[in-house]
Amino acid sequence: MISPAAIARRLWAAIRALLGDDAYERYLDHQRRRHPDSAPLQRADFYRAELDRRWSQINRCC
Amino acid sequence: MATKKLIEVGTWTAIAVAGAAAFGGIALNRGESINALWFVVAASCVYLIGYRFYSGWIATRVLALDATRATPAERLENGRDFMPTHRSIVFGHHFAAIAGAGPLIGPTLAAQFGYLPGTLWLLVGAVMAGCVQDMLVMFCSTRRDGRSLGQMARDELGPLGGTAALIGTLFIMIILIAVLSLVVVKAMVHSPWSTSTVFATIPIALIVGVYLRMLRPGRVLEATAIGIVLLLLAVAGGGWVDQQPVLREWFNLDGRALAWFVIGYGFIAAILPVWLLLAPRDYLSTFIKLGTVFLLAIAICTLQPEIRMPAFTRFIDGTGPIFSGKLFPFLFITLACGAVSGFHALVSSGTTPKLIARETDVRMVGYGSMAFESFVAIMAMIAACVLDPGIYFAINSAAGVVGADPATATATITSWGFPVNAGEMQALADRMGEQSLYARTGGAPSLAVGMASIFGSAFGQGLFALWYHFAIMFEAIFILTTLDAGTRVGRFIMQDALGSIWEPLGRTSWYPSVLLASVLVVAGWGYFLYIGVIDPNGGINILWPLFGIANQMLAAIALAVVTAIFVRSGRLRHAWVPGLPLTWLVIVTTTAALQKIFSDDARIGFFAAARDLAEKLAAGVLPPDRAAVAPQLIFNQQLDGWLTAFFLLIVWIIVLDMLMRCHQHLSGRRAAISTETPYVATQLA
Repeated sequence: MISPAAIARRLWAAIRALLGDDAYERYLDHQRRRHPDSAPLQRADFYRAELDRRWSQINRCC
Repeated sequence: MATKKLIEVGTWTAIAVAGAAAFGGIALNRGESINALWFVVAASCVYLIGYRFYSGWIATRVLALDATRATPAERLENGRDFMPTHRSIVFGHHFAAIAGAGPLIGPTLAAQFGYLPGTLWLLVGAVMAGCVQDMLVMFCSTRRDGRSLGQMARDELGPLGGTAALIGTLFIMIILIAVLSLVVVKAMVHSPWSTSTVFATIPIALIVGVYLRMLRPGRVLEATAIGIVLLLLAVAGGGWVDQQPVLREWFNLDGRALAWFVIGYGFIAAILPVWLLLAPRDYLSTFIKLGTVFLLAIAICTLQPEIRMPAFTRFIDGTGPIFSGKLFPFLFITLACGAVSGFHALVSSGTTPKLIARETDVRMVGYGSMAFESFVAIMAMIAACVLDPGIYFAINSAAGVVGADPATATATITSWGFPVNAGEMQALADRMGEQSLYARTGGAPSLAVGMASIFGSAFGQGLFALWYHFAIMFEAIFILTTLDAGTRVGRFIMQDALGSIWEPLGRTSWYPSVLLASVLVVAGWGYFLYIGVIDPNGGINILWPLFGIANQMLAAIALAVVTAIFVRSGRLRHAWVPGLPLTWLVIVTTTAALQKIFSDDARIGFFAAARDLAEKLAAGVLPPDRAAVAPQLIFNQQLDGWLTAFFLLIVWIIVLDMLMRCHQHLSGRRAAISTETPYVATQLA
């Protein structure tokens, strides 16, 4: 059995993931795994760097 | 093992029987009203069966999806766009990306034929064409490092096909933005409540943008929550504005003024930095969109409204007041996105494949998201059909078709066999907090009335006016997001094209080039928007079929690319999987385009309409207000005719190019080539 608290945690994680709220954590995780020697970007710098990439491609439809 | 198998067979038999029963209920029901729940049951069963069997067969036999093969997300992981992601989350992202205003508006307009034709095509089209297209394009892109449709077209069909695909994309973008902004303008005309609410979404997006960049960088959830609260306050605040005698006049604007506002907004949005307007608006619209779709599904299931629209109406003969043309081909052109949408191919290639963690996820993300999108279209169809047909036609028919004053309009609609009277319409407008609901073409207001009736009865009695304006805000916010995002992407395509004429114009961050390309794109859609607003026949009648043809054309391009890939990579035996929907789309778009160009009926043919108007103008039979705009309308009809011919040319260039390359390959004149990235085993657990 999965406890209600675990379900709530999962749901919360899903909502954050859907909106892209966890993008920075995922980036940190990636940096730790793949590039442990280089210093990762700060949260604000990461957000700034991501903006142009995310909205320069077709990511919305009719 | 045997019992497990038995349970599975039993479950799917039950789903098939339930679906067939619901279908029978819908198809055989005549004369009496039918419950909307039957639609939900029939649709769910069709999608489930299509997903379980057809997509399962495609996944294992046709594509042979390989879970051991490393995806681009894994191989090229960079912590940003290439990022292996759990399939449920990719499903959510992909669905949020493909779901827009199209599948809400198309079914609302297509309801003029009755509930049955539209519902059937939404189901059959999605299962056999739309979902298949999205899944196959996503598969091809995933096997090619997440390449975009344009790049794949260039690789498979050569420079001609690639250029045609790129030009097609730019044009469909321009027509799409024009028709969607026309929908918003039509909802706001002389409605201070709607106008002030929609205007308020702009400063709200700015506040959220500043919060995300300056105050708490990257805290998307917090910022979105603040934005949602402000948006709900804006809906209620619009009602307050509507009560203020002086303030309401500021927002009581006519179509032309609103069109100029939207054009100005589009231009400013295109040159402002992304963080200030586009990014926050996109976050808000994603949340509102997913939330409202979920809410609508719950409301329909709890309230179980009755369908009032007949199964078929007399307008299948082509004389419809909302758009003209017979069931074939115009039903398919009008429904567009809810059944098969070429635009999805742009997201299914290039964007989503970079998140796919396992190749087998393509089935759920590609096929599943589109099935869900088609379900949203079914809900829009329900929302249109729960309205009294007389009211539905009164809201959606242009003044130029049914007459400008309430008495004439209601008399015309009643004479078609859909009784409605002016008192009823006034009572409805009062309940929705509007002065008038006549001739609000474009589908958004009638959908909002439908949604308000469903929401208002399911949760919160008597809050109809609030729900109506919530629904208008809901549609406006993602239409404006499409407008911002589409203008920006259009600008990049334009800069790319300009760069081949003079190199500096191709630099995406060189300011003069940004300004020039933005002006060109905004002028493109702004022109069609403005003409749509001054057209007494509502503009939608012209623009929506043009959009539908462009959209289905793009789907044909995508499927042609996939078919070429199939034939040349040894999947000839299964080439009919993309080939069948491709053939159908080519037949539909070609028939529709030829009718739009050559029909002698002024309601259908662009050139016939231009001739008809020119003759009336010369004979002096037009009233002065119509005569004043007639020269512009004549020019526009001719332009639309040439544009349709251009679309047709592009489709046939690509189809013939594809057939020629397949023939060269099959006759052995060209060796089989694989454009796939070589196999690498996955390291993911």
